[in-house]
Amino acid sequence: MSEALAGRSGGGEALLEVRGLAKHFPARGGLFQKAAGSVRAVDGVDFSIRRGETLGLVGESGCGKTTTGRCVLQLEQPTAGRIVFEGTDITGLSQQDLRQVRRRMQVIFQDPYSSLNPRMTVGEILAEPIKVHRIISDPAKRAARVRQLLEEVGLLPQHAQRYPHQLSGGQRQRVGIARALAMEPSLIICDEPVSALDVSIQAQIINLLEDLQSRLGLTYLFIAHDLSVVRHISDRVAVMYLGKIVELADRQALYEDPLHPYTRALLSAVPIPDPKLEATRERTVLRGEVPSSLNPPPGCVFHPRCPMAESRCSAEIPQLRELKPGHWAACHLA
Amino acid sequence: MDRLLDVQELRTSFESSSGMVRAVDGVSWDIQEGETVALVGESGCGKSVSALSVMRLIAEPAGRIEGGRILFKGRDLLALGGPEMNAIRGREIAMVFQEPMTSLNPVLTIGRQLTEGLEIHLKMSPAQALARAVELLGLVGIADPERRLAQYPHHFSGGMRQRMMIAMALACNPSLILADEPTTALDVTIQAQILELMRGLSKRLGVAMLIITHNLGVVARYADRVNVMYAGRIIERASAAALYANPRHPYTLGLLRSVPRLDEPRRARLDPIDGQPPDLSRLPPGCAFAPRCAYRVARCEQEAPALTPAGPDGHVSACWESVRLIRKEAA
Repeated sequence: MSEALAGRSGGGEALLEVRGLAKHFPARGGLFQKAAGSVRAVDGVDFSIRRGETLGLVGESGCGKTTTGRCVLQLEQPTAGRIVFEGTDITGLSQQDLRQVRRRMQVIFQDPYSSLNPRMTVGEILAEPIKVHRIISDPAKRAARVRQLLEEVGLLPQHAQRYPHQLSGGQRQRVGIARALAMEPSLIICDEPVSALDVSIQAQIINLLEDLQSRLGLTYLFIAHDLSVVRHISDRVAVMYLGKIVELADRQALYEDPLHPYTRALLSAVPIPDPKLEATRERTVLRGEVPSSLNPPPGCVFHPRCPMAESRCSAEIPQLRELKPGHWAACHLA
Repeated sequence: MDRLLDVQELRTSFESSSGMVRAVDGVSWDIQEGETVALVGESGCGKSVSALSVMRLIAEPAGRIEGGRILFKGRDLLALGGPEMNAIRGREIAMVFQEPMTSLNPVLTIGRQLTEGLEIHLKMSPAQALARAVELLGLVGIADPERRLAQYPHHFSGGMRQRMMIAMALACNPSLILADEPTTALDVTIQAQILELMRGLSKRLGVAMLIITHNLGVVARYADRVNVMYAGRIIERASAAALYANPRHPYTLGLLRSVPRLDEPRRARLDPIDGQPPDLSRLPPGCAFAPRCAYRVARCEQEAPALTPAGPDGHVSACWESVRLIRKEAA
């Protein structure tokens, strides 16, 4: 299955391949913090991203999308699985080798305010990684590179003297993007990069990310809960639920012909700014809430909330199968 | 329908390091009995401060209601003393907040938090209040209410806590509920559950609702009328149908255009609103939106436009160029 997953969805070299990724966190409870099972945050995830592509990873809170991103970045040690980046399995690398890999793989966080050092100017924030990673050692050239980075993300040279608190949310996110670009990465993990921003600013940042991608040939793993934003920016989309990918397809196929009942429910829950359309729109309101990943349901993890569930759904775990070329879904009934 | 709440020329200011900031700057809006009205805008536009002003929950001395009238069933809430306002707050007008975990008391049981208001406002006996609490949890779709009443907020999931907040708001049969971003902290499938629940209850019990949100999509399905706020002022108001079909203010138009929509073909590029949100302590002399506006003319930078009629059924817009806006969009 893995080979097919990597190869099927159109040509192009895979920049990142994730195989059988799992991350279980020990759960502790009670007075003496005894081990009480484990939280299966990510539970057997496979996907690949081609060079220059954007893969969207969507799901509700607790589905494991952020943990997946952190495992790819090696900020979490996976419990199982392989992460092959630019041809190298990075799961077993030494700290020193990992540092080289990290240059090529950067991250943009949701809240730029908490990820920028408040005591450093924007110029210092951008110059630091260039210096530490010995990308440019000459200070004058480094300053020129900082100016270039600011321009690249739509900021002015004078912003280099400002502190993060003197910037607006959108400007801070631009600094976060510039800092990621400073390392000249090939892959950027974007973890909810616009969800903390005002609506009028979100579109500015999305356009910027798209411009940078086409100019610099970047590859994105775009993690978000907003399905409309993910449709706009992604080439392919993976939907996660309780630590598993339940559907993976090209953007158009996923949004126009969703095969998994969870994807269909998610799409129908997205509010649309048009009262006439909303009045006639069928809405699948799912019953209940996402179960705990400490104690996931047997069989298909979605079955307790699924409007279509049959008896076999609570007994057998559905595998992610390729139901149409490049369109994968994990559902017995799809 | 009768006018239940009538806010007139409300002005609320806060002391900040850069001087007095007028968070709400001469704003007028109203709600009819049983109606659902939305207050939409981005962070800092004054939408939450408007609701807190109605509840008289502006923290003094940093914040102050400087002027205007808030008529609720004909009485000016700004003229009421503390005890009189206490009799209205939570009983006649209730509030639902965005983050239920920070507005519920973590060391009191769910049951106690529900019965407290009933005993104080409605002078119920503990047994009566308990019976009503069971009924309320059933009303908001919480199964097994007797067992749930003995639990604490941390036993509840985010969606259940918001159901609990709605139950608390409904406890004393209020005629108005102010809901401040009631679903923003929730996942999209839970958001749909809560909004459907609120709409159902509002229709069934005839409660009027003010929904405050930054998401124009959320209110399309649920609001009768929509007020759009920018930099402390209402810049457009219309029925939901008219606002989405015929926005008459460049900011409303910009908001609608800047979001990708699932019901439309994917666009190659999004149309953002240029520039940054306004700094309330340094507002330009004319229209606050002028620096970001594609329709700006010289007059916009000198004179702030007032709300003027822009369409049928009370559609108003505060824009010097709203007529040109319509023509340009039609072309």
